[in-house]
Amino acid sequence: MNIDSIQNGIVIDHITAGKAMQLYNLLHLDTLDASVAMIMNVVSRRMGRKDIIKIDADIPVDLDVIGYVDPGATVNFIRDGVLTEKKNIHLPERLVNVLRCRNPRCITSTEQELSHIFVLTNREEKVYRCVYCETKNAN
Amino acid sequence: MRSVIDITDLSVSEIDGLMDTAVDIIAHPDDYAETCRRKKLATLFFEPSTRTRLSFEAAMYELGGNVLSVTGAATSSAAKGESVADTAKTVSCYADIIAMRHPKEGAAYVAAKNAAIPVINAGDGGHSHPTQTLADLLTIYRERGSLENVTVGLCGDLKFGRTVHSLIEAMSRYSGVRFVLISPEELKLPSYVKKDVLQRQGIPYEQTTDLEAALPGLDILYMTRVQRERFFNEEDYLRLKDSYILTPRKLQRAGKDLRILHPLPRVNEISVAVDEDPRAAYFKQVMNGKYMRMALILMLLKEAGRL
Repeated sequence: MNIDSIQNGIVIDHITAGKAMQLYNLLHLDTLDASVAMIMNVVSRRMGRKDIIKIDADIPVDLDVIGYVDPGATVNFIRDGVLTEKKNIHLPERLVNVLRCRNPRCITSTEQELSHIFVLTNREEKVYRCVYCETKNAN
Repeated sequence: MRSVIDITDLSVSEIDGLMDTAVDIIAHPDDYAETCRRKKLATLFFEPSTRTRLSFEAAMYELGGNVLSVTGAATSSAAKGESVADTAKTVSCYADIIAMRHPKEGAAYVAAKNAAIPVINAGDGGHSHPTQTLADLLTIYRERGSLENVTVGLCGDLKFGRTVHSLIEAMSRYSGVRFVLISPEELKLPSYVKKDVLQRQGIPYEQTTDLEAALPGLDILYMTRVQRERFFNEEDYLRLKDSYILTPRKLQRAGKDLRILHPLPRVNEISVAVDEDPRAAYFKQVMNGKYMRMALILMLLKEAGRL
């Protein structure tokens, strides 16, 4: 894989330096049958240092996960070597099966088939609470 | 389908409407005696509770309805491993409305998401118990004539007491409300309640450990139990437990218009001698709970198109 030129795929750019690995795990990129390049701690004029992830496959990515981990990131969609779409990411209102509720008294601790759903309750402080028991997510 | 899981599921105008209905039920009980005829309330209680279940059942009977009752997880399908979601779907086939108590936090929310009929949360672990708060609100309203311009003293276990947190949340939506938080250091109101509710809305409050000193300035004293198991050592518990026992002697410092509330059951935090004091309102609070449950059942059944 030539990391400089993806033909069909996704480039997640402007990732806060050091957060690429967390994104890699939460997006389950390890399960892809495609090449993934993580470029970490590179010099950025805008950010000082940043991480970049390049995915050499046209796959659906969960923008909410990216928004939760790093709302300042940008997602570029590449088709036939050309940038076709650029998306700015925002903090999502709702996260489904991204975080897990750790409250042992929560109904999700005994009913395994329930989705773990968190909602944004304080945007400034990036506080998410479990939709069932309202326990705050421990970042 | 409209359900009530938390007190904040009800707007201020809806709570005011429920209180108006409750007051009307008290004045004209016969007008309501047949309103829920042929309707069924399912009380699904997966953990022990006497007063709340009886209150719901009495409420439904006084509306002319019937009750289907499940008590204790051991005798129900939950013991066979049935999920809350499946229980809610099944009971929806038999009843018109559900009142549910469950030891797990969020269980009522799961039931409401899956039921085809309204669900009332009758307590989900330490999380929420909205009909207790409705009982508290009606009691303050009936005793004072308004929920505005009132100084509420909350005394005892302010850390773990779900009724305290819900009452603060509900009362904070009325103007001129002030709180005095009376508790030992170990059981102070959690900082997230102070930050997310009181400070965010600019509600005035003060914290103290001295019940007697706070009493003269209060309109309402909401007592809760200081529980032995909340303390890390026996010495601290023994040092603090008697500070929060309300006695006729301590009440001499309080105003004549004070009203004393308690979500019950009490253990020893209000001396039995206080029961004779005209300012004691905790047994009226029990009665008010039934009337508010009647009003809530009526509201939800009407909204669901079942009345």
